[in-house]
Amino acid sequence: MTRGKVSGIIANLVIIEVDGPVSQNEICFIRLGETRLMAEVIKMMGQKAFVQVFESTRNLRVGDTAEFTGHMLEVTLGPGILSKNYDGLQNDLDKMEGVFLKRGEYTNPLEDDSKWDFKPLAKAGDLVEAGSWLGEVKENWIAHKIMVPFKFQGKYTVVSVAAEGQYTINDEIAVLKDRDGNTRKVTMVQKWPVKLAIKAFKEKPRPFKMMETGIRCIDSLNPIVEGGTGFTPGPFGTGKTVLQHALSKHAEADMIVVAACGERANEVVEIFTEFPELEDPRTGRKLIERTTIIANTSNMPVAAREASVYTAMTIAEYYRSMGLKILLLADSTSRWAQALREMSNRMEELPGQDAYPMDLPAIISNFYARAGYVYLKNGSTGSITFIGAVSPAGGNLKEPVTESTKKAARCFYALSQQRADSKRYPAVDPIDSYSKYLEYDEFIEYLKNNISENWLDQLLYFKNLLIRGKEAHEQINILGDDGVPIDYHIRYWKSEVFDYVILQQDAFDPVDSSTPIKRQKYMVEMIYDLVRDEYSFETFEEVNEYFRKVINVLKQMNYSAFESEDFKKFEKQLKQILEERRVEQPA
Amino acid sequence: MEAQAFQKVYTKISQITKATCSLHATDVGYDELALINGRLAQVVKIIGDTVTLQVFGGTEGIPTNAEVKFLGKAPSLKVSDDLAGRFFNAFGEPIDGGPDVEGEEIEIGGPSVNPVQRKQPSNMIFTGIAGIDLNNSLVTGQKIPFFADPDQPYNQVMAIVALRAKADKIILGGMGLTNDDYLFYKNVFENAGALDRIISFVNTTDDPPVERLLVPDMALTAAEYFAVEKNETVLVLLTDMTLYADALSIVSNRMDQIPSKDSMPGSLYSDLAKIYEKAVQFPKGGSITIIAVTTLSGGDITHAIPDNTGYITEGQLFLRRDTDIAKVIVDPFRSLSRLKQNVIGKDTRKDHAQVMNAAIKLYSEAANAKTKLENGFDLSDFDERSLDFAKQYSNDLLAIDVNIGGEEMLDKSWQLFNKHFKPEEVAIKQELVDKYWPKKENE
Ligand SMILES: Nc1ncnc2c1ncn2[C@@H]1O[C@H](COP(=O)(O)OP(=O)(O)OP(=O)(O)O)[C@@H](O)[C@H]1O
Ligand SMILES: [Mg+2]
Repeated sequence: MTRGKVSGIIANLVIIEVDGPVSQNEICFIRLGETRLMAEVIKMMGQKAFVQVFESTRNLRVGDTAEFTGHMLEVTLGPGILSKNYDGLQNDLDKMEGVFLKRGEYTNPLEDDSKWDFKPLAKAGDLVEAGSWLGEVKENWIAHKIMVPFKFQGKYTVVSVAAEGQYTINDEIAVLKDRDGNTRKVTMVQKWPVKLAIKAFKEKPRPFKMMETGIRCIDSLNPIVEGGTGFTPGPFGTGKTVLQHALSKHAEADMIVVAACGERANEVVEIFTEFPELEDPRTGRKLIERTTIIANTSNMPVAAREASVYTAMTIAEYYRSMGLKILLLADSTSRWAQALREMSNRMEELPGQDAYPMDLPAIISNFYARAGYVYLKNGSTGSITFIGAVSPAGGNLKEPVTESTKKAARCFYALSQQRADSKRYPAVDPIDSYSKYLEYDEFIEYLKNNISENWLDQLLYFKNLLIRGKEAHEQINILGDDGVPIDYHIRYWKSEVFDYVILQQDAFDPVDSSTPIKRQKYMVEMIYDLVRDEYSFETFEEVNEYFRKVINVLKQMNYSAFESEDFKKFEKQLKQILEERRVEQPA
Repeated sequence: MEAQAFQKVYTKISQITKATCSLHATDVGYDELALINGRLAQVVKIIGDTVTLQVFGGTEGIPTNAEVKFLGKAPSLKVSDDLAGRFFNAFGEPIDGGPDVEGEEIEIGGPSVNPVQRKQPSNMIFTGIAGIDLNNSLVTGQKIPFFADPDQPYNQVMAIVALRAKADKIILGGMGLTNDDYLFYKNVFENAGALDRIISFVNTTDDPPVERLLVPDMALTAAEYFAVEKNETVLVLLTDMTLYADALSIVSNRMDQIPSKDSMPGSLYSDLAKIYEKAVQFPKGGSITIIAVTTLSGGDITHAIPDNTGYITEGQLFLRRDTDIAKVIVDPFRSLSRLKQNVIGKDTRKDHAQVMNAAIKLYSEAANAKTKLENGFDLSDFDERSLDFAKQYSNDLLAIDVNIGGEEMLDKSWQLFNKHFKPEEVAIKQELVDKYWPKKENE
């Protein structure tokens, strides 16, 4: 084992003189009195290891000793991860004692004593490899697959699999034999280094299935796919976190991994508090049962913030290998980039734009590339959909983190200050935002078969309507209400109907907060007809008043349960209002 | 602060900059304090046997043969109930002529609360200022700054909020506070008979700027004592955090760190977050609420200091002079309380959320109408009515001199809706309209 002695300290960057081989990203522990501080090697120069310490370095001295572990930062994978609250290094926060986080306290991410109901899936003689399913246990409501550890290279033959029964995670549940006849034991736990992608799948095709999120401005305008990537840049206070929370509550996924990366502790507390109470309407189970939280909030050590997104991604990859549909959310990836910047500055590296490290774009795109839809080797499918929040300095989208992410992510949901200021929530700018998946033939085909034949055409029609409405509005502002033809007012208000009724959505209203695709389809089709009809007016003031009335009734519908008495009552009112001014069109 | 007898004394400083000194020394702990010719300093960098110290009082006049003694501990504060009613400087030394405080010595800038040990903030702080209570409700355990230009009356508003907040303790952390403002706070608290609930750590404009770096941590260490040990509700006022950040940049620039935006250190976000994240609600009832001031230069919120602050705090409050009514108001567009949804409709009446949103939407219609007017266009009837509404709304609800209760502000809003609009123009849920829209006979 390599050892070393501290020779320099600059905040959480520590320089260690080592006596043996050390690898990049290797983990070491620095001894400070009774405690051991975990650290990661980020640079080697001769016998000097530069390490980032995942804790405060207060009172550390030159000459203090360190021990290197021989491995990189790893997570522990096995049943029991669901519903847990971890920090960025996968310490179970609920197992820590006291009100305050203690330096050097590392807790077990899993339960060693819990028993799990194991059912074998493989049998003696089967040919297996890393990621093959050997058996399963029930974790909450998920069939948690026990797999051949990802670190096992090559092919193995199953010698034996444990019989159905109760086992702890450390019990032997299978014995495998490699080509040379060496046997290896398998338990329910394995470890994996977070910075490496888990690649135990057959292929990663282009994603093509729509992921229903319940958020109308996504599903009905810029839909995302299972295994897709997206990001939400926006100035502070424009609704990134509210949007992420809404996704975590309503998106149709088997499991949600939330990485609270360098943001507010109270926002994580909101999840801790609400998710055990809230129900997932699809399964009737509590939301917390499908959720794992990685909380490395802004006041927790900076280096662990960088680790937290990798920890979250690795956990997501583990569950994807079980054939599950995972939604991974990270708020905010800018904080992770800033953590990289802080270290790079302390190491006095040549800075790139805005003092970020030069290789930032590569780091970001490598990370996004770990998401995706996969065919597993046994023919099942799994996916990780990843949506990251980005917090651009000064709200300026021309900064390095936003620009690098734009190259990596396929959906762009830009939150606009202007929309947030006028409380048009979610403040996703409908004109700037896009979903690249709308260009995928296989996705277009999917929409045709699963939503409706002309869903895409409608969607494109609305995109156009929004642009034309905006143009009309600009003309009205320049030339005055009277200075433009009445048609301009009508066009503007038609786009406002779509904006108010479909795009705007109250995240805090029990009914409006989530809209299943069936209801979205109903409303969108209704508005599609509404905006294509013609109406007659004498003055622009009539236009304004009329459409305000239309919008009001439609909003009342949004607040009513789908197809309820109220809903139908308002729908009838709407029909009457529309009849007042609708012009009969020749067939 | 006395150095102990057995300590080794160094007398050879190898490098001096405006805010730091470096020397050769051994067996020094990171973050440890030292005295340089009696001036307090802290270890910020150790490379081999070269130790760099940040000198709080500035390095003016320090000779290369100054006496350097290491104190073997990080900056600390003695905490006990005796802190109440006392005034201290940035080092936690009394400046009110009273005795030193006895109590347990705690290192400041201590560890963070485990997130799972927190409770979701959910108790509303009623301030009587409807511009805050109606549109930007504050909650115990929240952290929120005033974003203000230096000429705005933020200190006055903060003092009113502090006194009406019913906190068990009010802790004032003053950074670069002018002596006049310091005395203003002292007087207001004294006149309100609140002095026994006040604790103050102040660095005034007369004191060296780097000393300010200690103020927030001193104030919050005291706050944690009362919130954790005594389960008290503590309100911490930090003014002015812009001057705190300026001090950070002085130190980091002196240490040759590569500055990021606006010559601020790259770690500004983490540095500020460590302070603001001390705001907390504990399950046992204790809480720390932080109300801060971040002064802006020319109203620019994209500058690195307000920008990073906005990303950390749970909203921000903007004051603005409304020339139509000649009063200062709480700007409803740019102000935001992120935690308001935890309390509105719960600590207040069910119609709160919808009334709030509707009024702001109408207020923004008025802003559009105003632009039209300025551009020389005719106003529609609706435009005229929104302008009338806006003026009254601003005067009766947004102005900082308003002092009304939680029900009253909602009733007032309904009256204004009724006076100027038809229900369908206000677009509020029908059941609420049925319940609260003033009936015909009251018109
Ligand atoms: N869909 C929504 N419905 C209603 N209110 C919303 C919605 N989205 C955002 N808001 C309001 O905006 C506030 C700020 O939102 P949020 O905290 O998500 O911003 P953010 O972009 O994450 O900011 P930061 O970058 O500072 O974390 C919320 O507290 C809420 O009041
Ligand atoms: Mg946020």
